[in-house]
Order: sequence, then C-alpha cells, then structure tokens
Amino acid sequence: MRVTVRYFAALRELAGRPSEALDMPVGATAGAVRMALASRHPAMAGPLSACAVAVNQAYSDLERTLEDGDELAFLPPLGGG
Amino acid sequence: MAPIVRITREPLDQTAMDALETAIMHPGAGGLVTFEGIVRDHARGKRVRWLEYEAYPEMAEREMRVIVAEIATRWQTDAIAMVHRVGRLAVGERAVVVRVACAHRAEAFEACRYGIDTLKATVPIWKKEIYEDGEEWVEG
Repeated sequence: MRVTVRYFAALRELAGRPSEALDMPVGATAGAVRMALASRHPAMAGPLSACAVAVNQAYSDLERTLEDGDELAFLPPLGGG
Repeated sequence: MAPIVRITREPLDQTAMDALETAIMHPGAGGLVTFEGIVRDHARGKRVRWLEYEAYPEMAEREMRVIVAEIATRWQTDAIAMVHRVGRLAVGERAVVVRVACAHRAEAFEACRYGIDTLKATVPIWKKEIYEDGEEWVEG
C-alpha cells in the first residue's frame, strides 16, 4: 500500500521537499513509517523522535494501523501564536 | 452566524480587524475580548529581524474548529474569530487574532484566554525566527 507523508518546518527543510510517497506493507503502523523515514533520511531520526503524529489531518499515535492512501504528518514542536 | 476560522497570508491590518468585529458582533453581545499576538523584535536575547510562520493548513483549520466548538459549549457563544497568519511577518505585525463576544465580560475573557492558549498547544503552526546571524525554528 502507498501512504503520503507531509513535511513541515524543520522536517520539510531536512527532507528538501513538502511531501513524499512511501510504499509500506499492508497493516503497517505510523511507527513503522517513522522508522522507514529515519532510515531513508538519517538526519531526520532525532527530530522525528520529538514529533507528534497526525493521520489524515487529525492527531493520532504510533500504534495507528494505516490504510492505503492515508496521509501522515510528523509534527515538530508547535510554535503558533 | 458562523464562527470565523482561517489561516491566511493576508495582513491582519485594521481593515481586517474591523471586518472580524463586524462579522461576529450581534445585539446580544455585551463583551468583546480580543487577543492580538504581535511579532516582537527580540527573543532569547537575540534581535529578531522577521518571522516566518508555516502551517499544516487543513489540519490547522480543523483543530481551530475543535477549539471553537469547545468554546461554544463551555461559554455559550458562536461569536468567535480565530485567524492566524502564515508567511513572512515583520516586527510589529499581527500574527494571530482571537476575538470572542459574549453576553458578559467574564465569559468573554475566559473564552478568549482558552482560545489562544489552546491554539498554541494544539494547532499545527510553526515559527522560524530570523536573526542578524542565523535562523531557528522555535517552540512556543
């Protein structure tokens, strides 16, 4: 299955792009995506561990089981306001 | 009347502020409280040249709607405007505005305070400070 990861702020700069598609095994969790990203982009490993997880534009967690077409984002510490 | 929730690149100038007030005010509103977050010229002992705000726009507006719904339940008002700017902001510009009108002042103050505090904690927006000698994404 294929999921899309959107990047923001420091992660976007580290990725050098606003989003990327990943092929993951059926039944993969958000945590598995995080591990895949950390190995694909080693510089992201540290920042990723400080991020909250969003799936389909709502807060979620690393145990969340994903479905084909899901949109993930790893949210660095917020700075709004 | 529907609450106003918006991520925008447009300046939050006086014209925009007046429009927000016009949009939310109603004859039953006896108290209007506004929080304006302004770009400051210093942070962490450094001189700030400008800020860059970035949002996850779809999720940010969704989380702002969650806050507005909570305010509506707790303080019995839909007269709420919550607007955050993104892009490059100069010192002195408004970055965020939360305006709440209620029947009385106590609930208007409480609801506005809840709105900005919760926005800072849950709405996915990020801020980069640009200094004379570098730049940094900062929390809070």
